[in-house]
Amino acid sequence: MFSKRRSEEMAPVDTLWEELKHAHIASPAERWILLCGGLPCSSTSCCEVKKATQDELDKHRLSLEIKEIGCIGDCSEGPTIIVYPEGVIYRKLKPDLAREIIREHVKAGNIVERLLRGDPEPREELRRREKMPFYRRQSRLVLRNCEVVKPDIEDYMKHRGYSALAYVLSQMTPEQVIKQVKLSGLRGRGGGGFPTGLKWEHMLGSPGEEKYVICNGDEGDPGAFMDRNLLEGDPHSVLEGMIIAGYATGAGQGFIYVRAEYPLAVRRSMQAIEQARENNLLGEDILQTGFSFDVELRTGAGAFVCGEETALISSLQGSRGDPEPRPPFPVQSGLWNLPTLINNVETLANIPIILLCGADSFAKIGTAGSRGTKVFALAGKVRHTGLVEVPFGTTLREIIYKIGGGIPGDKTFKAAQTGGPSGGCLGEQHLDLPLDYDSLLDIGSMIGSGGLIIMDEDTCMVDIARYYLDFTQDESCGKCTPCRVGTKRLLEILTRITHGEGQEDDLERLEYWGRLIKNTALCGLGRSAANPVLSTLRYFKSEYVAHIRDHYCPAGVCERLNRPRINQEICRACGLCARICEAAAISGSKETGYRIDPALCTACQRCLEECPFEAITGGEKVHA
Amino acid sequence: MLKLWIDNQVVEVEEGTSVLEAARKLGIDIPTLCYLKDLNAPAACRVCLVQVEGRPTLDASCILPAQEGMRVHTNTSAVLAARKQMIELFLSDHPFECLTCERNLNCELQRLAKRYGIRDLTVAGSRNHFALDDLSPSVVREPDKCVRCRRCVAVCEYFQSVGIYRMVERSFKAIVGPAYNGSLMETPCIYCGQCITVCPTGALREQDSTAAVWEALQDPDLHVIVQTAPAIRASIGEEFGYPVGTLVTGQMVAALRRLGFDRVFDDCFGADVTVMEEAKELMERLESGGPFPQFTSCCPSWVRFCESFYPQFINNLSEVKSPQQIFGALAKTYYAQQAGINPENIFCVSVMPCVSKKYELLRPEMKASGFQDVDAELTTREFAQMLFQAGIDLKKLPEEEFDSPLGYASGAGVIFGATGGVMEAALRTVYEWVTGKELIDVEYHEVRALEYKDAEIEMGKHRLKVAVARGTGAARRLIEAVLKQQKEYHFVEVMACPAGCVGGGGQPIYIETNDWNEQVAHRSRRAEGLYQQDRLKKHRKSHENPAVIRLYEDFLGHPGSPLAHRLLHTGYNARRLYSPEPILTKAKT
Repeated sequence: MFSKRRSEEMAPVDTLWEELKHAHIASPAERWILLCGGLPCSSTSCCEVKKATQDELDKHRLSLEIKEIGCIGDCSEGPTIIVYPEGVIYRKLKPDLAREIIREHVKAGNIVERLLRGDPEPREELRRREKMPFYRRQSRLVLRNCEVVKPDIEDYMKHRGYSALAYVLSQMTPEQVIKQVKLSGLRGRGGGGFPTGLKWEHMLGSPGEEKYVICNGDEGDPGAFMDRNLLEGDPHSVLEGMIIAGYATGAGQGFIYVRAEYPLAVRRSMQAIEQARENNLLGEDILQTGFSFDVELRTGAGAFVCGEETALISSLQGSRGDPEPRPPFPVQSGLWNLPTLINNVETLANIPIILLCGADSFAKIGTAGSRGTKVFALAGKVRHTGLVEVPFGTTLREIIYKIGGGIPGDKTFKAAQTGGPSGGCLGEQHLDLPLDYDSLLDIGSMIGSGGLIIMDEDTCMVDIARYYLDFTQDESCGKCTPCRVGTKRLLEILTRITHGEGQEDDLERLEYWGRLIKNTALCGLGRSAANPVLSTLRYFKSEYVAHIRDHYCPAGVCERLNRPRINQEICRACGLCARICEAAAISGSKETGYRIDPALCTACQRCLEECPFEAITGGEKVHA
Repeated sequence: MLKLWIDNQVVEVEEGTSVLEAARKLGIDIPTLCYLKDLNAPAACRVCLVQVEGRPTLDASCILPAQEGMRVHTNTSAVLAARKQMIELFLSDHPFECLTCERNLNCELQRLAKRYGIRDLTVAGSRNHFALDDLSPSVVREPDKCVRCRRCVAVCEYFQSVGIYRMVERSFKAIVGPAYNGSLMETPCIYCGQCITVCPTGALREQDSTAAVWEALQDPDLHVIVQTAPAIRASIGEEFGYPVGTLVTGQMVAALRRLGFDRVFDDCFGADVTVMEEAKELMERLESGGPFPQFTSCCPSWVRFCESFYPQFINNLSEVKSPQQIFGALAKTYYAQQAGINPENIFCVSVMPCVSKKYELLRPEMKASGFQDVDAELTTREFAQMLFQAGIDLKKLPEEEFDSPLGYASGAGVIFGATGGVMEAALRTVYEWVTGKELIDVEYHEVRALEYKDAEIEMGKHRLKVAVARGTGAARRLIEAVLKQQKEYHFVEVMACPAGCVGGGGQPIYIETNDWNEQVAHRSRRAEGLYQQDRLKKHRKSHENPAVIRLYEDFLGHPGSPLAHRLLHTGYNARRLYSPEPILTKAKT
């Protein structure tokens, strides 16, 4: 299929770059039907939609192919069909609606306006995919194939798949490959942000009879799914990146480590490995270049800590996934004590792009310390959720308001949580901060694997910190003391604060123990476990104070601290509530209006029942 | 060599040395809890934290390799505070039962708390509550006191190659235990008790037998006799402040009398009888051509290991019982007959350096006398405990002699307590029986092994290939070599504990070092006391022991006689691992 000459026929770098950059919004000229087959859509009956579509096509004797691709990224709106060449996107489909689309749009050529769902924005911008702000404002490089290419080797090759590999194997030495990766400025996308080229260089220089490349697909952050999406939608890109990594670092065997909870990713990766083997892209003497490399797939049981590289190695060896102290680093002594390179799925998917377009073009995107793009899993209180790929340096404001369509229900933005349970919360003051590895570290958070959860005024930040800590405590392997016991103590303090039993010095205690855990834990999980607590303490201290001092949850989330509130717009200041309150928690006057002191209120609800204007709400009785 | 600075003092160490060891060279004692040099360094407890200049966080010095030019601080206020907090975290999930804990005043966690002056916990919260596992006959596990140091995991996995313990569960509930945190009884645990000797706290201990022994001693109808294993005389002194390895045989006998035992006998006598029978068995195998190698069977942990992991070798185990069980069988037959006592009324106690003996005496085969041959076993620690309770100070006692007829032993019987001792004792007898010549130099230094040693011994027309293995891990390596036909032996001694019985799981616990090899060296020094007594003995060969000669003349007939077979020989079970029906084939009894 490939010859060594092939590389010479490659398109000039700049054109190629432009082409790739716009691949995700360029519409093909011929008629296509594209169906989102990602896991979320599969779970919302995309199979029935597909069957109905196929039936209808058959009925009308239309020999069109339905391309089931990985994931379009707009997961809140599935199942989704895109009809090309118009690029019209139909969302939230049902089988009978899909039939109608085939009849009306595909056969008769009339766009079914009625079925264009969603937002109060101009219709024209909405229905054509390339014009939708959600897509138009993204720079989908890594995700470029996910929306247009089937996760299948033939289709992948039509879109320049494996040409980077062919070029590398025929034209470049391992040192040259590493030089390109170093020049590109690519940093690990899994969380740590370690310079990829440097890691590869260490690996190349590390002596060992055998060496291994591991693709880390143990994506465990709540809400993050970019790795799953890549393995489902574009497994060959990842595989190509792995083979190049193997060539550049002298490894002969690779492993893809995916969590077993990703059955579709597992299936598609397996299929990709088989197809690559059939095409001599894996195995002995790849493309007759003398280079041999093979890949096997291993599934993990879903422990969050197995994303930590030493724990992943333990798990891969068949042991309990416990982290080991570093040094030695895996590139020195990893899997079965041999040099092992571990790269994240998204990192590896960047490799073919860098080698196809050249490190220079790649390094032009992003910020000084963080080159390229990052895929974020946008979730929470934002209109459009899903995967968002933007250059490093994009601001939160751009992501939330321009791409994500803003906060629903005209609520106010309160915080954005980045980096999953290991990251931190950013406040309103960070909306215009260009997001990259270093800027986030400076403010006590991290890019992490790219989880991005948006919170509005109804979110309680103490409760959020408690939620994340509950997650990390539960996922702690229990090996080192600060993580096993320390996070438990922090969690207990946070829990009592949300129960209204916080003590005056709890804030100091949280700060002190949080820093201590950060400073003493064995692995990355423990060292970052306190980040959500420390960052919310830093930017949302007043909420903690309200919980502790006033026994009051400003967002009304913490059940036991939920007290009745007087809506000043409805209240006529009649003073009835103040007269009947047995706890003397209500005070005020005709002039100033009345307020309830949450510290005194017992949530007996009498005021709520007696108010003649129904101006008092909230404070459901807690059944302890 | 590389040079680094620790607390502004310069030190040169070899490459690969940890910062902790480098600091030790300077006399700086960095505290540890999980660390046991050369056996266990999971860097889990985080008590040995230090600050290295230029590093953002504190590091565990036990696994941090020293680097050229490194500048380390072990005593900054941040380091001291962090260590203190680690100890507080441990304490916040600890039952605080120090006063009623077996390890009170001999506990590493307690020591750390004292060293760091912890008076009041600044952190507190919920505590774990796990089920107490006291179902096994030998080892009791109290997970509430566990500090997750994993030393038991390491000793079981690397030294014994049994691997019973693992981390189970995760998060705050993570705990060290057998599979699914079940009972040790459901596992192929060999009951060696090495986990007890390395446990820094009271999470592991032996099954208590002192209550049963006190009760028997108080019963006027019972004739309570005691046998003391060779290792006891060289280790009980430690509990009373004698230097390690001091021989206190006479005081020990006096102490047992004062506790109220009716007769105080020597288990080394049983050992001498074991040699007679086992030497005879080896001669028979040499004549009939096998099966080889003949494995010793004195160590019940090793026997259980063989039954569980290498059941194909159970016919290679010597069918002669261990000295404890030989003694028990003879006590309730020969001695009962000689003394004119109804064996029903004899309560036979053994004092052993071992927790596995508690299991051995309960094996169903061990009823040759028609009664349970040995009724209770006390470890060295339990024996000391009883002396403390009774207010008996070993140091203030006169030396007394063992009672007869089961109280006189040869030097060969005494060295049973050291590794290679059983082999050496047997060789002294086999040599003379095979060659018919007198053995002048009785000391076979070539089998006094610390880990795994083999030798060829000239013996008339035979060249006897022998080997000694210490620890079932070494035994596994030996058997694998035999299976691969890389090695061939006639006679192999296996003892499950480091340095043999003197390093047994029932011995005084030594917490003054965090170095496994120093631990083993400490235990080996006890063997010195045994070799010393051997040298002082008039009779150094079992077959020359007049009490043994009389036993055969008056009672058994000759080694290997039908009566000897009935009382002193046994059979073994092939066992399944982790199965509700653990026994594959029943032993012939």
